[in-house]
Amino acid sequence: MNTLNELVKDQLRTDLPQFNVGDRIRVHVRVIEGDKERIQPFEGDVISIKGGGINKTFTVRKISSGVGVERIFPYNSPKIAKIDVVREGKVRRAKLYYLRNLSGKAARIKSKNIR
Amino acid sequence: MPGLLGKKIGMTSIFSEDGQLIPVTVVEAGPCTVYGVRTKEKDGYEALQLGFGEKKEKHVNKAQLKNCKDKGLKYPRVLREFKNFDVTQYNVGDKITVELFSEGDTVKVTGNSKGKGFQGVMKRHGFGGVGGTTHGQKDRLRAPGSIGQSSYPSRVLKGTRMAGRTGNVKTTTRGLKVVKVDPEKNIIFIKGAVPGAVNTILEIKK
Repeated sequence: MNTLNELVKDQLRTDLPQFNVGDRIRVHVRVIEGDKERIQPFEGDVISIKGGGINKTFTVRKISSGVGVERIFPYNSPKIAKIDVVREGKVRRAKLYYLRNLSGKAARIKSKNIR
Repeated sequence: MPGLLGKKIGMTSIFSEDGQLIPVTVVEAGPCTVYGVRTKEKDGYEALQLGFGEKKEKHVNKAQLKNCKDKGLKYPRVLREFKNFDVTQYNVGDKITVELFSEGDTVKVTGNSKGKGFQGVMKRHGFGGVGGTTHGQKDRLRAPGSIGQSSYPSRVLKGTRMAGRTGNVKTTTRGLKVVKVDPEKNIIFIKGAVPGAVNTILEIKK
C-alpha cells in the first residue's frame, strides 16, 4: 500500500486551506470554454468529506434559485483554482445529509463562536 | 506485438492533464532479462525467452540451474517466451525495460484471475436464474433451470454449464490504455483493471 501512495504523492494538493464539514466555502473552479479558461466560483456548505489520499472528495451543497444543488469535488483536482473558507460551522455530525430534507430556516448551520 | 513480464502492485487513481481522475492499475513491469533467443533457422520460429524476478538457488530445478550458470544469469522467478520481437537485435543477457511502452499505447494484459471458489451458475456463467415465486414455486431464484431433455438423450450432455470452481484461470484483458510510464521505478500505469490479485505475475503485450 505504501508504494501505491508514494507513486501518486506528487499529485496531492497541499496548497488548499483546511476546512471541515459544516463550513461554508467558496470553490473557484477552472472552466474551459472553447479555448478560453475562466474561473467560476461555487459557494455552499460542505456536507461531506470522503475518502483519503488521491481519492479524497468533498460535497458542497447550495440552494440555487430555490433548488438544492450539490457538487462533488475531488479534493486533489487540478481544476480547483482556490478555496475560500467563508464561515466556520458548528455541527455534530460527520455527514450532513439530513440537510437535504430540510429547507429555509431549518436548513441553517450554526456558526462557530470565535473568541 | 512484443511484451514484458510484470507484477501487479494495485489500483489507484491519477489525474489526467484536463483534470479527469482516471482509475489505474499500477504494474511493476520489467526489467526483463533475455534468457534465450529462438530463431527461424534453429527453432523454426522467432521469439525471445524473457525472465522476470528472482528466485533463491534452492528453489531452482537442475535444468534451469545449469542453464542460468552457463549463461551467467540470475535465477528468474518466471520464464516466458514472447513473439514478435525483432530477434536479431537481442542477445542473451540483454535487459528489456518498461521503456518498451509509451503513453497512449494499447496493451493487452494476461494473468491468472482471482479464485472465487465453488460458485453457482449465475456468477460462473451469467445465467439469469429461474426467478418467479408464483405457481407454487419457491427457493429457485438462483437455480440453473433445466439441464437437458428426458427420454432422448436421457443423459446430460458433456460440457453443460453448471456450478463449480470459478476463477483462477488464465485471463486476458484487451484494449487497455497506458496512461503513464515511469522508467526510473520500472512502473507503468494502465487504465482500468487487470486480471488477478496483488502480486500476480502478468504478461503485458503491445
